[in-house]
Amino acid sequence: MSSFSDDLDQFRSEVSAFIAEKCPQKLKDMPSSERSICWGGKRFTFSCDEQRIWMENAAAVGLTAPRWPTEYGGAGLNRAQEKVFREEMAKAKAPSPLESFGLWMLGPALLAFGTHEQKLKYLPDITNGRIRWCQGYSEPGAGSDLASVQTRAEDKGDHWVVNGSKIWTSYADKADWIFALVRTDKDAPKHKGISFMLIDMEAEGVSTKPIKLISGTSVFCETFFDNVVVPKTDEEGNSRIVGELNRGWDVAKHLLTHEREMIGGGGSGAASGVLGGRSLGAFIDTLDETIMDDPVVRSQTMELEIDTLAMSMTMERYKDMAKQGGVGHASAMLKYSGTELNKRRYELLMSITGSEGVEWDGEHGSLAPEWLRTKANSIEGGTSEVMLDILSKRVLELPSS
Amino acid sequence: MVASLIPTEDEVMLRDAARGFLQESSPVTAFRANRDAGRTHDPALWKEMAQMGWTGVLLPEDAGGSEMGHRAAGILSEEMGEVLAASPFISTAVMAATALRGAANDRLAGIADGSSIYAIAVDEGPKHAPARTGMTAEKSGNAFKLSGRKVFVADGASANRVLVLARTGGSVGEAEGLTLFDIDADRAGLTRNAKHTVDERDHAQLDFDAVEATGDDVVGEVDGGMAALHTALNAGQAALSAELLGVSAGAFGMTTGYLKERKQFGRTIGSFQALQHRAAHLFAEIEITSSAIANAGRMMDEDAENADIAVSIAKARATQTAKLAVSEGVQMHGGIGMTDEFDMGFFMKRARVGAEWLGDYGYHAARVAAARGF
Ligand SMILES: Cc1cc2nc3c(=O)[nH]c(=O)nc-3n(C[C@H](O)[C@H](O)[C@H](O)COP(=O)(O)OP(=O)(O)OC[C@H]3O[C@@H](n4cnc5c(N)ncnc54)[C@H](O)[C@@H]3O)c2cc1C
Repeated sequence: MSSFSDDLDQFRSEVSAFIAEKCPQKLKDMPSSERSICWGGKRFTFSCDEQRIWMENAAAVGLTAPRWPTEYGGAGLNRAQEKVFREEMAKAKAPSPLESFGLWMLGPALLAFGTHEQKLKYLPDITNGRIRWCQGYSEPGAGSDLASVQTRAEDKGDHWVVNGSKIWTSYADKADWIFALVRTDKDAPKHKGISFMLIDMEAEGVSTKPIKLISGTSVFCETFFDNVVVPKTDEEGNSRIVGELNRGWDVAKHLLTHEREMIGGGGSGAASGVLGGRSLGAFIDTLDETIMDDPVVRSQTMELEIDTLAMSMTMERYKDMAKQGGVGHASAMLKYSGTELNKRRYELLMSITGSEGVEWDGEHGSLAPEWLRTKANSIEGGTSEVMLDILSKRVLELPSS
Repeated sequence: MVASLIPTEDEVMLRDAARGFLQESSPVTAFRANRDAGRTHDPALWKEMAQMGWTGVLLPEDAGGSEMGHRAAGILSEEMGEVLAASPFISTAVMAATALRGAANDRLAGIADGSSIYAIAVDEGPKHAPARTGMTAEKSGNAFKLSGRKVFVADGASANRVLVLARTGGSVGEAEGLTLFDIDADRAGLTRNAKHTVDERDHAQLDFDAVEATGDDVVGEVDGGMAALHTALNAGQAALSAELLGVSAGAFGMTTGYLKERKQFGRTIGSFQALQHRAAHLFAEIEITSSAIANAGRMMDEDAENADIAVSIAKARATQTAKLAVSEGVQMHGGIGMTDEFDMGFFMKRARVGAEWLGDYGYHAARVAAARGF
């Protein structure tokens, strides 16, 4: 396992040398795209050999999970070191060696709620990219009211039998395992009968069906469980439930707050999609030169620009606040404002590109599908209405009806 | 001001008949089937519309029409919008029929019996701007040679005739010096490229490479094309606004239905006041827009010369109302609203294309401002 220096300057030179030596140049030169993301997992096809090599090199010293403890496959870095590591990665144009729901969600859940043995069993498989996880939360009947999940796990002595269906499971058709919220006590109050269960996607009775969105194909699936047998413990005696039985809601809630902050980031004008790294102004320069002659369009554009800049200041301010002790439920504001702003941005882009913008694959590439996809921003990860509810009740402490 | 915005008995009957027919022959499932088959409209549906006399709604009786008028055309468009029935109705039965009113009856008869499908080729840039026509019609003797590109031509790929606006004089930006031609879509030198737009309807790019036209092909006067086209554009805008009102109503109907049916937190989501008030707000917006639509139709029927402001109020309102109705439609449906399996996305896509066609909000807002003296 790794042994990086605690001295920040020393650490910087170590890690920059590591990246220079261990990340193949080809990857550094590759433009980032969906194809360039390394997801890992048994069924993953690397886009090139260098992608595999970089993942393995980084995993060998724990740098696929910089903050996780070394005993679980991480690099054990502190916050300052992680920042330096990210800076050096950006400087070298090195892509992230590995991304996954295991790293983003299951890992943090296990670190907070798992047993030492569970961590030892599952975390290294995540950090070295052997196992790819997907998230099984939402159900057709349980969206905003996630705690009403109906997928049930019946206690059959030494195993559970799981029945039900999940929806919006991203990459379920490519994942090896799923972490799912299942009802283990149907008589308890709804928040108190849910468990956070780990299920092998290869188990008999698990099937998936891709979901097509209004914007085209998607990474989302429906996942069905038909009498799926889940052993209560594995060969080593580890429970397939994270945290306490019937207390899975605590685990889920912990992760949801985390997810919300990630999604809100889209509103700060993050360089993605049709704008790429360009400012709105630079994009407008590529359009019909009379477009800003329309006072309506011009006024909407100016308003959007002001709000975008103010939003990115807010993101910065909240990030700093988070470091100093957290923002609590106010993170719902970032999610709400960020996603609503992004929807507005795309309405404006559609408006200023006029009849060119409405083509599926015209002059402005994927603008139209991107525009349609933004409509889900205020739905996924908790709807805008739910965010406003959280703000009114938890932050403003307004009375509930 | 017009007599009354309340529908006449005939109009009520027309709406009922149209609704019954469309629900039977062209429900949203038919639109989906067309989309899946890569078909921009169903020729059989168009034939049926012709048989019912919809194609002749603006044509005189001696040309095979029923001359029911623009308000009636709006009612038909609105009903089509509500179920997303795709057809060349606005291009052909509304705009071409209006532009060609003065033409010989045999030309109008082709519209009335459904055999002619017209496309109106005006715009050359990403926004509706007839005066910015740059396409040239070079005169030599009694003939013309048309060269240039037209974009976003609705029904441009499936049409068999094209009304095209070209410059015989003046310069780009001027409404003068334009001439309107009525030509066969198969004429030599005319290339048509279908574009795949989000509403899955027929929108094409038309390239004219020295396409020949004669004096007989000119609609109205040489250099007087805008006079010939102006009322036709107003008629199309009024009908499109009505269609967008229908799109709003279709999306709204699905949404209120869902609010009454979907349960979360042990309650019907329609019991949450946050959603109730937005549904009620949308109702108010639709009602107000619906007055503007009725008014535009009436003005076109009673005083077409002075209908600009009425039409533009209608198009501006309908554009905004449809945008709100479809955004709220997706949002209030939650995740299911985002799936292709569900119809709401179709409404959203048509609303966007309808927002751009024949003038966006800003274009019409500017016409209203000008008409109101500012
Ligand atoms: C593209 C996309 C990606 C997604 N990704 C994931 C994922 O990775 N993992 C996952 O688990 N889920 C995911 N989801 C699911 C998402 O979290 C749910 O769609 C969302 O929580 C809303 O639930 P619902 O769709 O059941 O809508 P519903 O909860 O039925 O909501 C319908 C409408 O009612 C409103 N509403 C509900 N309750 C209230 C209330 N109390 N007050 C006021 N209004 C209310 C909602 O805001 C919404 O407008 C995704 C969804 C989409 C569209």
